[in-house]
Amino acid sequence: MNETATPLLDVRNLSVEFSLGGGRRFAAVDDVSFSVAKGETLALVGESGSGKSVSALSILQLLPYPVARHPAGSSITFAGEELVGAPEHRLRQVRGNRIAMVFQEPMTSLNPLHTIEKQIGETLLIHKGMTGAAARARIIELLRLVGLGAQAEKRLDAYPHQLSGGQRQRVMIAMALANEPDLLIADEPTTAVDVTIQAQLLRLLKDLQTRFGMAMLFITHDLNVVRKIADRVCVMRNGKIVEAGDVKTVFANPQHEYTRHLIAAEPKGRPPKRTDQPQAVMEANDIKVWFPIKAGVFRRTVGHVKAVDGVSLALKAGRTLGVVGESGSGKTTLGLALLRLEHSEGQILFKGQDIRALRAGELRPLRREMQIVFQDPFGSLSPRLSVGEIIAEGLKIHRIGADAAERDAMIVDALNEVRLDPETRHRYPHEFSGGQRQRIAIARALVLKPSFLVLDEPTSALDMSVQAQIVELMRELQAKHGLAYLFISHDLRVVRALADEVLVLKDGHVVEHGPADAIFEAPQQDYTKALMAAAFALEAVETGAVRT
Amino acid sequence: MSAAQAAQTAEAAPRARLSPLNRRRLAIFKSHRRGLWSLWIFVVLFVLTLFAELIANDKPILVRYDGAFYVPVLVSYPETAFGGEFETEAVYTDPELVRLIEEKGWMIWPPIPFGNRTVDGTLDAFPAPPSARHWLGTDDQGRDVVARVIYGYRISVLFGLVLTVLSSIVGIVAGAVQGYFGGWIDLGLQRFIEIWGGLPQLYLLIILAAVVEPNFWWLLGLLLLFAWMGLVDVVRAEFLRGRNFDYVRAARALGATDARIMFAHILPNAMVATLTFLPFILNGSILSLTSLDFLGFGLPPGSPSLGDLLAQGKNNLQAPWLAITAFVVLAMLLSLVVFIDEAFRDAFDPRKTFR
Repeated sequence: MNETATPLLDVRNLSVEFSLGGGRRFAAVDDVSFSVAKGETLALVGESGSGKSVSALSILQLLPYPVARHPAGSSITFAGEELVGAPEHRLRQVRGNRIAMVFQEPMTSLNPLHTIEKQIGETLLIHKGMTGAAARARIIELLRLVGLGAQAEKRLDAYPHQLSGGQRQRVMIAMALANEPDLLIADEPTTAVDVTIQAQLLRLLKDLQTRFGMAMLFITHDLNVVRKIADRVCVMRNGKIVEAGDVKTVFANPQHEYTRHLIAAEPKGRPPKRTDQPQAVMEANDIKVWFPIKAGVFRRTVGHVKAVDGVSLALKAGRTLGVVGESGSGKTTLGLALLRLEHSEGQILFKGQDIRALRAGELRPLRREMQIVFQDPFGSLSPRLSVGEIIAEGLKIHRIGADAAERDAMIVDALNEVRLDPETRHRYPHEFSGGQRQRIAIARALVLKPSFLVLDEPTSALDMSVQAQIVELMRELQAKHGLAYLFISHDLRVVRALADEVLVLKDGHVVEHGPADAIFEAPQQDYTKALMAAAFALEAVETGAVRT
Repeated sequence: MSAAQAAQTAEAAPRARLSPLNRRRLAIFKSHRRGLWSLWIFVVLFVLTLFAELIANDKPILVRYDGAFYVPVLVSYPETAFGGEFETEAVYTDPELVRLIEEKGWMIWPPIPFGNRTVDGTLDAFPAPPSARHWLGTDDQGRDVVARVIYGYRISVLFGLVLTVLSSIVGIVAGAVQGYFGGWIDLGLQRFIEIWGGLPQLYLLIILAAVVEPNFWWLLGLLLLFAWMGLVDVVRAEFLRGRNFDYVRAARALGATDARIMFAHILPNAMVATLTFLPFILNGSILSLTSLDFLGFGLPPGSPSLGDLLAQGKNNLQAPWLAITAFVVLAMLLSLVVFIDEAFRDAFDPRKTFR
């Protein structure tokens, strides 16, 4: 570590306590010290709940005081000035001016009712008093800077909903850069976007940093991102820094057991080689899902959004078909269409039976055999039902199990199978972490003993090490029950670990389709190559094959 | 199930019944002192007035006569049972009968020895001002105001509660169907509600009240025709939001029927918004009965009600105790409900933190 003169940001013995009511307190951050020098990038890495975001928010004093408080001894000095307990007017001069922040969720961090010009203009107005033509020129300059240069004038009047996730994140970065801050705090800026966008954003941040000589505090749970972007790294766990140091040193020679665990915990392995030729479980021919675009007083259909356009696939028992593509490529819609949760055209054969023509009542018995696990483990479990009730739901609908005791035994089996303590069935979803919730969602599907499972990005909302565990679990369950998986993901590392066959989708079309080995070893299409580069090397490819 | 298992379930059951979420809500509700007190006052008053016959009645609670016990509050006895001359029901305020009973026993009177329709014949002029005999005076027909208020409070609250429950059921079902299915069903029902809601309901009620002889159940039915619309918008919005949640999709993938998804999955999550609204509907229900009574189109003439008392106050400005009593009781009742609602809303607010 190069502890030169005074670092730009110096955090000493920072602790944060949250009051839980009734005099109870929870220490989210416990005696953390780190510093960031001018022009350097420090990464705070750790799993959800490790206190990394809370540490970052306390730098700008943005925590919900007085519910949160800093015990005596906590100190945050920025350019020689103490920020803990600093008066509000002083903090306002620092926030968004000398220290800027980019948040994780591009969907909610922009005001949906303001145009891009107004959003960026606000920081200029507050800190520089800039208005009118001068502000406008500066905003256009900023948009150019973050790569939204093409039609920048037109973009000024756009509302957030008219931009893609990656573009919104670029707008956020433009807002952060508006006053040329000395320190940029990026709180998981790439977690909510596709791998291809992630690669582009990382390169943008790196470029901007070198150009302006900013310091950057980068918060993430993804070690690959750390390796790509940071100079130094602090590994956090349970509110404490367990290891800190130079990125190269830490990765080459991790000292702490937890760091070693994190580095080892990436989804890896390959699906086993199999030579048998099992029967097809699910076959689909020329699936089309077109959403009508209606206009005019009489709501006439003037066109279609072709979410899925002529996709054919066949899935064999005990095998995994990986469906990859960027967001908006129709992956999820395809999965929902196969389960008849979305209206579609074409032929869907489940075990030789065309299910597209079946009525809801006729389809119900078949639902038992085809199940789905969703991406967001926080949204896919009803908050008002206990875990036991959630898993029992399918049993009740399909009248499986003679009485409550027998169903209870099945629930216990299912929970054991996903490695959760069966006693958890009396508790409610909000008491569980993301990974545990995803296991509950898997148990809900498994208890019905399905033969076909759609996995809709089951790992993308999870921490890296939890992803690895879930992938391991999925592989095990597949071997045990001979499940056929349709595995939907934008993350090719996870797909590589599970899929026997890969289908690459772009704008509803199949771009490439073949055995996983062939596609990963020698991708034929530019689009596939760009996806690979983004996923495995975090490199953005400039062929125009992927969106921005 | 073995004994050990049974014990285990019994132990787990109370925990399962009151989830941590609900425990948190209870704690917030309890920390809201004004709301908690209001709830207690409301409940105590309501329970007391439920037994109004024992508090204000022109019949004794218990009579001891000639070695036997009589319960006039519950059973109707002829005057002959107490040595009188007539076969008709005994009039216990008749000095002659009082003398007869007290010769051979005693009577226990309720704290207020007047029923809601008892005319006090000992007075010269009505309405009589407050006195030791009539704590809040009498109305213009010589009936004790305290007794009328107690019975009137009971009927107002009962009517309000029944109307609230019924209109909530109708409103929730209508809102749920609209929000869940959307499309043409939603469009059609929304337009119907707009037209239905545009009807001048008070006039309609007055016209209908002229056709039928209004009683408690008729009025309930008539008001229900219009009261159910209050909740529809809230529930509809919650269902529109809820139907796209992943757990609803998951339930559909499990093969759950629409009705099951609506009432087992979405409704419990839409309940917060609904519950928050209920006290307003209760207040509205109480007020609509009161206004009908005030206009004279409500409960049959002579029924004790707050609206009737208000109307008497308006007609007898020289007897201010009538209007003042009606005003204070109504204002107190409505305020109690609003205060309870305040605590309720805080308890169900997920963003509320402990202070």
